[in-house]
Amino acid sequence: MLTDQISRRDFLKTSGALVVTYALAPKAANAAIDPNDLGPKTVAADRVDGFVAIDGKGVVTVYSGKVDLGTGTDTALTQIAAEELGVPMQRVKLVTGDTLLTPDQGPTFGSLTIQNGGVQIRQACATAREALLDRAAQKLGVSRSDLAVQDGWIRGNGKRVAYAELVGDRRLELKLDAKAPLKDPSDYTIVGKPVPRLDIPEKVTGRFTYMQDLKVKGMVHARVVRPPAMRATLENWSDAQCKQIPGYLGAVRKGSFLAVVAHDEWAAIKAASAIEARWSKWEGLPDKAKLWDHVRASRVAKDEVLQNAGDSAAALGAAPKLLKATYDFAVHTHGSIGPSCAVAEFKDGKLTAWSASQATHLLRKQLARMLDMSELNIRCLYVEGSGCYGRNGHEDAAADAALIAREVGRPVRVQWSRADEHGWDPKGPPTLIDYRGALDANGNVSAWESEAFIPERPGQIAVTLVAADLANLPKEASHPGNIHQGLAIPYAVPNIRASAHWLAETPFRPSWIRTPGRMQNSFGNECFLDELAAAAGADPFEYRVRNLKDPRGLELMERLRKLAAWTPRTAPAGDAGEIAKGRGVSYIKYELVRTYVGVVADVEVNRRTGKVRVERFFVAHDCGQIINPDGLRNQIDGNIIQTVSRTLIEDLQWNRSAVTSVDWQSYPILRFPEVPEIVIDLVDRPKERPWGAGEPTAAVVPSAIANAVYDAVGVRLRSVPFTPERVRAALKA
Amino acid sequence: MSKTISFVLNGRQRSVQVDDPEMPLLYALRNDLGLHGPRFGCGLAQCGACTVHVEGKAVRSCTFPVAQAAGAKLLTLEGLGTPERPHALQKAFIEEQAVQCGYCINGMIMQAAAFLQTNRRPTDSQIKEALADNLCRCGTHARIVRAVKRASESMA
Ligand code: FES
Ligand code: FES
Repeated sequence: MLTDQISRRDFLKTSGALVVTYALAPKAANAAIDPNDLGPKTVAADRVDGFVAIDGKGVVTVYSGKVDLGTGTDTALTQIAAEELGVPMQRVKLVTGDTLLTPDQGPTFGSLTIQNGGVQIRQACATAREALLDRAAQKLGVSRSDLAVQDGWIRGNGKRVAYAELVGDRRLELKLDAKAPLKDPSDYTIVGKPVPRLDIPEKVTGRFTYMQDLKVKGMVHARVVRPPAMRATLENWSDAQCKQIPGYLGAVRKGSFLAVVAHDEWAAIKAASAIEARWSKWEGLPDKAKLWDHVRASRVAKDEVLQNAGDSAAALGAAPKLLKATYDFAVHTHGSIGPSCAVAEFKDGKLTAWSASQATHLLRKQLARMLDMSELNIRCLYVEGSGCYGRNGHEDAAADAALIAREVGRPVRVQWSRADEHGWDPKGPPTLIDYRGALDANGNVSAWESEAFIPERPGQIAVTLVAADLANLPKEASHPGNIHQGLAIPYAVPNIRASAHWLAETPFRPSWIRTPGRMQNSFGNECFLDELAAAAGADPFEYRVRNLKDPRGLELMERLRKLAAWTPRTAPAGDAGEIAKGRGVSYIKYELVRTYVGVVADVEVNRRTGKVRVERFFVAHDCGQIINPDGLRNQIDGNIIQTVSRTLIEDLQWNRSAVTSVDWQSYPILRFPEVPEIVIDLVDRPKERPWGAGEPTAAVVPSAIANAVYDAVGVRLRSVPFTPERVRAALKA
Repeated sequence: MSKTISFVLNGRQRSVQVDDPEMPLLYALRNDLGLHGPRFGCGLAQCGACTVHVEGKAVRSCTFPVAQAAGAKLLTLEGLGTPERPHALQKAFIEEQAVQCGYCINGMIMQAAAFLQTNRRPTDSQIKEALADNLCRCGTHARIVRAVKRASESMA
């Protein structure tokens, strides 16, 4: 509802004719491709015209459900499409994440954009090219086998015809042929090349339009007034003070959802702090000092065995040497540099929502449910925001904007504050893992058991919208992402049992931060394996290699060994000086089915201060066919640096009511002087299928650092982050 | 009640009408003047995303009252250079591909531009110190340092 001093009618009166200036949104501008001439475009993922259109000028438009979250995938997808169709990259335009125009290819997560999204687009392009070759053969009277494609022309026997002429603004009305032959990678001229990113010139000159820059005509600004305690209810409020602020329009309240609306952004910010609100008391968060007791005591909704081989219980019982350890990983925020932002508009019973959502199709479903609308009346459009490494606050900002826009009858922009983002984005949940392992008489691992305590996964992969929660509207339960992934181990151990205790509750709304589960689980796995190697008196590098049977993994590790010039070590270096140096190794085959990464970390530990400094990371990386090696290196850098930050520094703070680390001072991240050197060796396999690279490297960072610290000073760090206090305590113990 | 505040922005005389002279300059630049270079990251002078130059000095526009810009010479990322005629730093950031999402990059370039005025041939560790209060979440740091180094060499 609206506050009384400004009625809905007044709002509407001032709004005038609502014309959304689509031209301001680059994605939307591209989207203008012809829906009128051709009727609604299909978004079917089994049709070529779901993904590709060629117009009368030969311009190719590619429709991708996967979006660029700042990782450079727009460039990579353009490379893939241009290559497969045989057209120059400049002739390819990309429309992404628009529910009206792009197929639903699932959320942009899990390092799947290239491996799934790109492969689908490649197949659509191959189908189109083959069909056009057929048409050309007929038209030119030249046999198929004499025809070749280049730069959008089909040539043969001295004759030629352009794609543009063959298609002529008609649709590529074709079923996607999963068997359409793909171009031979040895003929590639675009894929596999370090093509410069298409967005960078605009991004370094201020021409790029981020979500936060998007302006829609008639737009007003809103801020949500967050409860001081996470689950407090709104008892009373007054905006008397707000009325002094020029430009203030009114407030919207629904349940415990309270927002202020103003003509300009600064007025909205001032109104949000001027409004008086009384909230109920709520102190339902666990004591942070006893978090792990709380996690251990949480009700288990379900147990699940994730990996099972032999009989681990019997083998543990019979083993001459037994090891036990518990690893834990703190609660983390996504920490995007630009807080979430969205614009929503209601017009003629239809909702349009612009946001940097990594999952516009899923968002549409959630908004439909929250607002009790048909999905057909909602269009969600992706506009790139600040780097997003999982499900952060973008969808929530979109829900805020939609809820407010429905009340005020004008397009509404909601910009989250820094405190909103740090305090209210869904969090990477606390992760606790118990390990037991046994060595046989030869020092080989004879048994391995792991038990993870992690929040359960509801049926649907979605995260509760904060607005729906506060306003008591229909909502989904929060899904933490596939955080069980990465608990299974890649080593040849005869008796394994890896299991999850799915917990019925977790303190914060969970979601998938970058490398969800794989990062936390690999931390425990690769550290505990190191403990077993040390107990066996073995070199940790050799120990891994000797338990690997996968030839590709072995090849990777040999390249890593060379790259890092690894020398065997069977006990901590034990130098007694104030600064101790060490190196540690870690390995993953992502989800046991794709991208391989091996790393060596070089660290320095200051015995007096407890400070860990990561000097260098060596990375060997095999994600199959590389689409853009420079883009890939950029991603590997990002994975390393972001995860060094998580490992050494990051730790969400809270009291019994709310998150208290709500800015960069209370939740610091890594700064320039602490950034390690990164040395990369890329294994390129042009004939193999491409796999993802947005996450896998992050998985091995915490364990490599912990193992290096052990090598330096002989203590095991089993709790992320490795703060100086923890290191000092470990050294004293 | 509203007040007119004038300044020279990217070489041109501009003015804005404001209700509140305490409003941070960032909002005037982004909303009233439609610029996309300076970015909102924290509003707390903690991240650097909003950096602009006021009289040649790097300033965090998210906490800089617009009234204090009256009569001043302001420079933003847009005024530094364009895709057609990039500044040495912008060129170096393109050559090094020193961007992931790019949200922090305005701050990196504007901070570095002011820094290079005072230190024309910085070492890597001087660059890192100069940018220590600029945050990047994507982990583009290594490339950013290389880009600033490259720019300093090309400007020499
Ligand atoms: S937005 Fe100004 S320093 Fe962060
Ligand atoms: S490039 Fe994304 S925050 Fe720096």
